[in-house]
Amino acid sequence: MNIPQDLLYTNDHEWVRVDGEQAYVGITDFAQDNMGDIVYVEMPEIDDEIAAGDQIAVIESVKAVSSIFCPVGGTIIEINDALESAPELLNEDPYENYVAIVKMDNQDDLDQLLSPAAYEKLCAETN
Amino acid sequence: MTKLIFEKSVPGSNAFFLPPVDIPSVDLSATIPQDFLRQDELTLPDVSEVEVVRHFTELSHRSFGVDDGLYPLGSCTMKYNPKINEWAARLPGFASLHPYQPESTVQGALELMYNTDKMLCEITGMDRYTLQPAAGAHGEMTGVMIIKAYHQDRQDSKRTKMLVPDSAHGTNPATANVVGFEVVEIKSDEEGLVDLGDLRSKMNDEVAGLMLTNPNTLGLFETNIMEIAAIVHEGGGLLYYDGANLNGMIGVARPGDMGFDVVHLNLHKTFGTPHGGGGPGSGPVGVKSFLAPFLPVPLVEKKEEAYYFDYDRPQSLGRVKDFYGNFGVILKAYAYILALGGEGLRSACEHAVLNANYIRHHLRGVYHIPFDRICKHEFIASSQYQMEESHISTLDVAKRLIDYGYHPPTIYFPLIVKEAMMIEPTETESQARLDDFIKALKDIAREAQENSELIKTAPRTTPVNRLDEVGAARKPKVKWEAAQ
Repeated sequence: MNIPQDLLYTNDHEWVRVDGEQAYVGITDFAQDNMGDIVYVEMPEIDDEIAAGDQIAVIESVKAVSSIFCPVGGTIIEINDALESAPELLNEDPYENYVAIVKMDNQDDLDQLLSPAAYEKLCAETN
Repeated sequence: MTKLIFEKSVPGSNAFFLPPVDIPSVDLSATIPQDFLRQDELTLPDVSEVEVVRHFTELSHRSFGVDDGLYPLGSCTMKYNPKINEWAARLPGFASLHPYQPESTVQGALELMYNTDKMLCEITGMDRYTLQPAAGAHGEMTGVMIIKAYHQDRQDSKRTKMLVPDSAHGTNPATANVVGFEVVEIKSDEEGLVDLGDLRSKMNDEVAGLMLTNPNTLGLFETNIMEIAAIVHEGGGLLYYDGANLNGMIGVARPGDMGFDVVHLNLHKTFGTPHGGGGPGSGPVGVKSFLAPFLPVPLVEKKEEAYYFDYDRPQSLGRVKDFYGNFGVILKAYAYILALGGEGLRSACEHAVLNANYIRHHLRGVYHIPFDRICKHEFIASSQYQMEESHISTLDVAKRLIDYGYHPPTIYFPLIVKEAMMIEPTETESQARLDDFIKALKDIAREAQENSELIKTAPRTTPVNRLDEVGAARKPKVKWEAAQ
């Protein structure tokens, strides 16, 4: 299971990469492996204002439909358009292919996130 | 592969003769706006009568229904549809009815609806039913709208959340969302039942109710149901019964006695009417008397010896379907209930439960059984052993079952079990049929060890073999176009 050391994680298997005020949000390797082949991603809209914990995307795989929650509040400033025509990118490299970039309102939201070590433990327990 | 009927078209091969028109003809362009009129030729297949008959006969050979064999699709209750119900539905007095006929000429149909309401009340312990909803999810929506109307009527506008267990059918959260509630998930405990601690912590004055399936999708009876009902009611919420799994307790226990306030049933599951392609369905909704004012109009009432449609119900949601629901389905369920009677319904339930436990017992050790204790009408097996040993997934096992002549069980559901197979044999099957099915699953487990390639490429006996489901979902081709 690939868990990069430079990211933060959520209990719902999203990852966050912090770049100044911006947070890249995506799904983890564990998430894509459990979902199986991803066939459709319903994306958020640019300029959507969201609170921490809001749903920002819906990912549909051959097995199930899952909500993606954004662990930080702010404004969506960019979405990964490529996922709309090629949802399989999330299976191929879930860390390279973020879902959206959020301009954070409050960096304190990051305090709630899991460290790579804590997330690794969560995955081990889930298995 | 079978050609589409459009591809069998040969110009000039159809032959039909219409009688001369004996009513005045109407100029379409004078009555329908230009925007809505078709400009190009209508593409219809040009096929002779015998070729039409052969086409559809060929297709009928390629379908699979409960009349073909065991159909253990979990939570779908694919029981046999007794043919006497079809006879009843085809009686000319019913089959020739028109929904616009005056009440005085359809007293028999009204009596049947009135009696069905009464019988469903008796079976489920509720006080009043609407027969209008067209199927299960439509019944759910009607039921949850009633819960919303109840809180609104009490000026209790804070209740914007609906609790749904993590083992629930996907229709439950979907329904709550469509009706405008925020869905809050309740965890299952290690026994596979509603986690009472989690329920307590999430029940508050913002919660409209809890949607619960009992037995749940793991086939387990929610043994804490009286406590669950107390927690929800003390918090001011209502308890909703998803009737998908009523076959696991019908005739033995009643949702109304467990504290459920609103119930939806699936006549096409529990009450033996055709299901799936043979539908349509029917999803009556029953309520306790304090919710009856909100039921859709009309309800059938009786005054002296005459039945009539009662529209004078000022708090009603209004209609949820045109006319009076899928009357033909209600009629078949009525025939089913009368044929079985109270004892028969109970016996059907007991056999459904026995059959599920029989299969569970015999698969033990061959497939992983995550909740290995007495279940109701269905249980969960998993291909976890096969996955670990030979990378054979539940999808592979399901596809291989087709080669053995069985419809696959429900797979990858409930979501809380990995590689889940949800198996519901129903009361329909004899011991010999169950033994054959068990043997097929055991043979597949052996093949997984000895020749996994055989399973990974299944099915092999069907007109088309393993379909590219991922490709079909990612790049769907949903429209046929004539070759130019």
